[in-house]
Amino acid sequence: MKIMVAVKRVVDYAVKIRVKPDKSGVETKNVKMSMNPFCEIALEEALRIKESGKASEVIAVSMGPAQCIDTLRTGLAMGADRAIHVSTDAPLFPLSVAKLLKALVEAENPGLLILGKQAIDDDCNQTGQMVAGLLKWPQGTFASKVILDKEKQVVEVDREVDGGLETLSLDLPAVITTDLRLNQPRYATLPNIMKAKSKVIKKVTPEELNMEIKPDLELVEVTEPPKRKAGVILSSVDELIDKLKNEAHVL
Amino acid sequence: MKATVKVSPEQCGRWRVWRIDPPPLESHDLWRYSGEHCFDQTVVKANDSRRAFTYTPHVRMTTTGEPQDLTDVPPTPITHLSETESMMAESVSKFAAEVIAPRVREMDEAEKMDPEIIERCFEQGLMSVEIPEEYGGAGMNFTAAIVGIEELARVDPSVSVMVDVHNTLVNTAILKYGTKESQRKWLPKLATNVLGSFCLSEPASGSDAFALKTARDQDERRASSSSSPTSTQQGIQGHHGLHREKDTPGFAIAKKEKKLGIKASSTCVLTFDDVKIPHDHLLGKEGDGYKYAIGILNEGRPASPARYVWLDREQFGQKVGTFQSMQHQLAQAYTEITAARHLLYNAARLKECGKDFVREAAMAKLYSSQVAGRVAGLAVEWMGGMGFVREGTAEKMYRDAKIGAIYEGTSNIQLQTIAKLLEREYTR
Repeated sequence: MKIMVAVKRVVDYAVKIRVKPDKSGVETKNVKMSMNPFCEIALEEALRIKESGKASEVIAVSMGPAQCIDTLRTGLAMGADRAIHVSTDAPLFPLSVAKLLKALVEAENPGLLILGKQAIDDDCNQTGQMVAGLLKWPQGTFASKVILDKEKQVVEVDREVDGGLETLSLDLPAVITTDLRLNQPRYATLPNIMKAKSKVIKKVTPEELNMEIKPDLELVEVTEPPKRKAGVILSSVDELIDKLKNEAHVL
Repeated sequence: MKATVKVSPEQCGRWRVWRIDPPPLESHDLWRYSGEHCFDQTVVKANDSRRAFTYTPHVRMTTTGEPQDLTDVPPTPITHLSETESMMAESVSKFAAEVIAPRVREMDEAEKMDPEIIERCFEQGLMSVEIPEEYGGAGMNFTAAIVGIEELARVDPSVSVMVDVHNTLVNTAILKYGTKESQRKWLPKLATNVLGSFCLSEPASGSDAFALKTARDQDERRASSSSSPTSTQQGIQGHHGLHREKDTPGFAIAKKEKKLGIKASSTCVLTFDDVKIPHDHLLGKEGDGYKYAIGILNEGRPASPARYVWLDREQFGQKVGTFQSMQHQLAQAYTEITAARHLLYNAARLKECGKDFVREAAMAKLYSSQVAGRVAGLAVEWMGGMGFVREGTAEKMYRDAKIGAIYEGTSNIQLQTIAKLLEREYTR
């Protein structure tokens, strides 16, 4: 069984982001870029499944400009067997990515598609759900535990929901999106970084996948969140109640 | 404490008697450069324990990498790293920040390396940067080792010195001078679970590697070693280029030194008392050991300064820079750190492409240790009282920086090396 993992190149989580002066987006020039942390968790889970002998191959995929190859190379250094880069300079929104992923899944036939629950740049949290819908595959989102049963061809997924854990049993093939507490991703070891050099990154274009990328969303404006104003210290509970009633209108 | 070493010829082959007291310094006749790009060994007398300053103007030192023809290689910025090197830097930096950083203070206070850190370093492949893949290593280049050591040093110079000694001294010694058998025997171990150490000083001597007493009249011997009591320790005896296992009879770890800085890396006095070393534990040809030791010491040098360039982050993490006087100091310090880094990277690249690098390495070592001392001292001041207390890392970096002017060739020795090479160049 193959496992496909989608990885996204995002601004590194440690970087303090700045909005471009023309409000067209976030400044990405001369900014450190890394693999989305949730995608790292997704890849780690796929590698652990493979290492337990339940999968034969882990394929990392990413879409976007040429720099995505860096992210894929990181994935290969972590242990993925090969990678596919869908090369495009078009702006990508979740639905386009889901459609591209569907095309890749149909070409590769993996038993599992694992994604991060969301990317830390746009925080959309949509791609996994959309691709499951397009593929008509069952989905286990926000996974905090994944147990694969190869004989029965099912995967059990624990999800962290309000008020506790929900356990789903999904028939394979399935889509899983990973939450923060699923695992602790490994660091690429030096020998694996060297091995990654000889692994294959296949480049395809959306056209080759018979896909035309049509943005279904338009990005109007990106602004910084308003600066938090200083609080007010009140002298009594009565004053607080008064303000909640008459100023905040919450009581 | 004196003991005569008893080594039978069957065991060790020919042993040379090394004089204990150094004869008058006449360095001009010690090494003679022959036109054939190699040292003329005939002028080096076997019982010569004179001070030797290596110099290799226009001499190509043997390196692990093949000498490159650089004629058609377009120049790149000195800080440009290959994809592999930058990926390694990133991976090591993450590892250092998440795994090592939380334990730095604790290890320093306890003066002991956490065995788990050593284990994790092996797991990461950090202990076998240059060991070829066939022996279980990463098979990377020298600059990759430097870059990795630098990332570790940002977090803890104690950990970086352990990795540094293991990689650039021990592994390199066996890679360069070991026989095929000893490579097959040791390299897989050094890549997975055996921590190496390096001994090249005695209580009475250090820089003058040729004046070591060991092997004739046994005495105490101080090991500039990074070792773990829990790991099997392998001592490389620099003088004769021997390697020995810890359980060799007569060999013992006498005492662990208490140090000013890099406390978590252990430096121990090793005693070699009546030690019999099997012939196959000799690295290279006997008697040639001194040359090998110096050779690798020179390779060790560019690695050392890597430890001292950690400070850029430390200072800028502190929001002290609103005053112009502070800003100017910061700018000056950062410039100096960058200059030191450039000297270091250049020396490393020179080594990698098989060019002569001894003078560049000496300059990098000298300048880096000076910058480290200066900047670490300033960093303490900038942080005021918080820099002086043992809460933060500034005081530790300040203590750790001191060793830079001492180990792997003191500053005076570096100056001498540079001066000798200059003299050679301009008086010929």
